[in-house]
Amino acid sequence: MPGVEMRALRPRPEFERDPVDASDIGDVERPLALTERLTNNDAVRRLAILVVLGLVWELYARWIDNPLILPTLGATLTTFFGDLMSGVLIDRVATSLRSLMIGYFAGLFLAALLTTVAVSTRIGSDVLSTLTAMFNPVPAIALLPLALIWFGLGIPSLVFVIVHSVLWAVALNTLTGFRSVPETLRMSGRNYGLGGIRYVGLILIPAAFPSILAGLKIGWAFAWRTLIAAELVFGVSSRSGGLGWYIFEARSELETDRVFAGLLAVILIGLIVEAVIFRFIEKRTVLRWGMQR
Amino acid sequence: MNEQAQTDACGEPDLLKVDDVTLQYKTPQHLVTATYKVGFTVRESERYVILGPSGCGKSTLLKAVGGFMAPVAGKISVGGKSVSAPGPDRMMVFQEFEQLMPWKTALQNVEFPMRATGKFNRAESRERAISMIDRVKLGKFSDVYPHMLSGGMKMRVALARAMALEPSILLMDEPFAALDALTRREMQEELLDLWEQFRFTVLFVTHSIEEAIIVGSRILVLSPHPGRVRAELDASRFRLDEVDSAEFGALSKRIHGLLFDRKLEASLKGA
Repeated sequence: MPGVEMRALRPRPEFERDPVDASDIGDVERPLALTERLTNNDAVRRLAILVVLGLVWELYARWIDNPLILPTLGATLTTFFGDLMSGVLIDRVATSLRSLMIGYFAGLFLAALLTTVAVSTRIGSDVLSTLTAMFNPVPAIALLPLALIWFGLGIPSLVFVIVHSVLWAVALNTLTGFRSVPETLRMSGRNYGLGGIRYVGLILIPAAFPSILAGLKIGWAFAWRTLIAAELVFGVSSRSGGLGWYIFEARSELETDRVFAGLLAVILIGLIVEAVIFRFIEKRTVLRWGMQR
Repeated sequence: MNEQAQTDACGEPDLLKVDDVTLQYKTPQHLVTATYKVGFTVRESERYVILGPSGCGKSTLLKAVGGFMAPVAGKISVGGKSVSAPGPDRMMVFQEFEQLMPWKTALQNVEFPMRATGKFNRAESRERAISMIDRVKLGKFSDVYPHMLSGGMKMRVALARAMALEPSILLMDEPFAALDALTRREMQEELLDLWEQFRFTVLFVTHSIEEAIIVGSRILVLSPHPGRVRAELDASRFRLDEVDSAEFGALSKRIHGLLFDRKLEASLKGA
């Protein structure tokens, strides 16, 4: 290779000195401008999107001018608040939430039971994996006919399909969470002489909490949509129907604005649970612990 | 064997006795022998280092002392009691930062084992945790969650947590291997500082010859795969600032020879 000897390192002078004065940078930390802080705020940006969507809806509805197909946002809101004030809507929502809560917590209880068996024995883990693989893909609504045969019209049938929709999602996520707890964390837990329930409660559950929380969220979403759908198929039990029934009834009466008001309620409750309750739990736990960003 | 003689030689009793221990573990395909007939004793307040190349079973050996796996042959006892399960008298410090509980602050992490084992009451635990966190110079960070701490700080918390419990013996599994070189040196200094203050007994596993000489007062050299005892050396005469001394270099060279020699032999056999 020609010229290699030309690339020999030529000596360069060494030096030592004090770092240059950095005081002329000014403040090391300086607050952002108000507009920048507002656009950095999630809530503000999302609210802006909602306002735009609402405007588009209102303008389009006015333009096609057919309240049977698409009522305006204004008409929908009027009906919504009207029914809210008269107590009809609150009544319907309460009925729905009651079945939902029973089903949701029954599902959680069963999931906890199954997962406990699954983490403590290998056969239990096999049972849970097989059951989950079988039942997780089955839509809850597909089980409704069976539920009707077994439990008849009424809350027990609703609870049955809700339990089905919650159980597998939560159990699967919790088991995955338990399995992904780092080995060193497990070992340090056992190092303190922890075992059994104390080991699960003090080490495994908090360590697997991000997955467990994800399972709770998925379970909630499944349960909510299953409930509304089931109530659309049959909603009345002894005169007190749920939110799904409210929508179904409005459709029979061709009150499209009431259908929209019902849908609005479905969306609002979903939002509140997701953005308020679960967000609050996340902020207090996994986000604060740096286990999730 | 000659353990009687060992005990008698110097009036102190042995704190940890590892007696001809053979360790095996299973991988999905193989049954691996990690160590074969390894025997050594650790006395009170010794800084005992197990040194060996990777794959010599030194971490497995430490896990066995911790009670996380049982020897196939041989016996391990701490303070005269045979080791059968993990326990807070043998606190482990791991290399991985995941050993801290991310849902607890630095202070709570130190406090937790004291409460969980029931060795100290609430007020005592809190007080001891605060003083221990101060000792490892993390006073300002005591209410910070682990994810906000640097690697060196996390290691300090783990060290404080283990020491606060006052175990009979501290088991450290390559604790500083994941740290950068500067932080590692700092932590070695700190460990020696703490040892000067508390004179605890520590069993320390490493693959770094330099670290072994700096940290250890006694060094057990293991041969590779399966780990067998190659030598036991005294390193108590070295201080941290003697890394550049000729004697330090000589010992380092000697250990290097002990490790390398055996490797050469093994590779020749294989050829």
